[in-house]
Amino acid sequence: MSRRPLIREVPPTSWFFRHPRYLRYMAREITCIFVGAYCVLLVVALQRLAAGPEAWAGFLQGLRSADSIVFHLLALAAALYHAGTWFNATQKAMPLQVGENFVPGNVISGAHYVVWVVLSLAILFFAGVF
Amino acid sequence: MAKSHKPVVWFPFAAGGTVIAFFIPVIVVLTFMAALGHVPAGLSYEKLHAFASCGLGKLAIFGVVALSLWSSAHRLRCTCYDFGLRADTLAATVLYLAAIAGSVAAAAFLLRI
Repeated sequence: MSRRPLIREVPPTSWFFRHPRYLRYMAREITCIFVGAYCVLLVVALQRLAAGPEAWAGFLQGLRSADSIVFHLLALAAALYHAGTWFNATQKAMPLQVGENFVPGNVISGAHYVVWVVLSLAILFFAGVF
Repeated sequence: MAKSHKPVVWFPFAAGGTVIAFFIPVIVVLTFMAALGHVPAGLSYEKLHAFASCGLGKLAIFGVVALSLWSSAHRLRCTCYDFGLRADTLAATVLYLAAIAGSVAAAAFLLRI
């Protein structure tokens, strides 16, 4: 009897279409493209800020284009999806034990959401949005 | 004891993921407002320059930018692999170097402010 090892064919570039769970995983993974691109924009912003008031005004003016608005919408969607999935994962990543019992997962994730909302509102307030 | 370089990659990745989750959405909202023509008062040259002038402000900006860059680079490396690019060493080298270069540039610009 000859040995016949199991060879599972996995298409390397389209495997994630096989299951919705894989698709959600990939959706989460590709948020990094937009977040990474946005970080590059932040580095450029720092360069413009260091170059003086005219350079900074030019940078702000440069943001006002249709492409920039579309990019910001994509980056915002990516950042929000990352934040939501990250906070949902915290209860699995760092379970918290108090005495004999574990703190319910929803409490851990919920606390992160509350801190997130408070932090975001505080930053918007200090940035003079309201 | 087994030696591994993984914690060096992983710690800033996890820290960066947390920083992105907590801070990047609201920062995107601020520049999005600027893109729509309603520049928030905090993004005026005077306010932002003053914030980036103090040591704590520099540290906060650098922390957000550097950790987010590293986290994105690490995740992009995994994404490259998941999309079928099997040259992992190449992807890791290019992406991590890019993240480090971005962080060094950010630090240099901050020190100039």
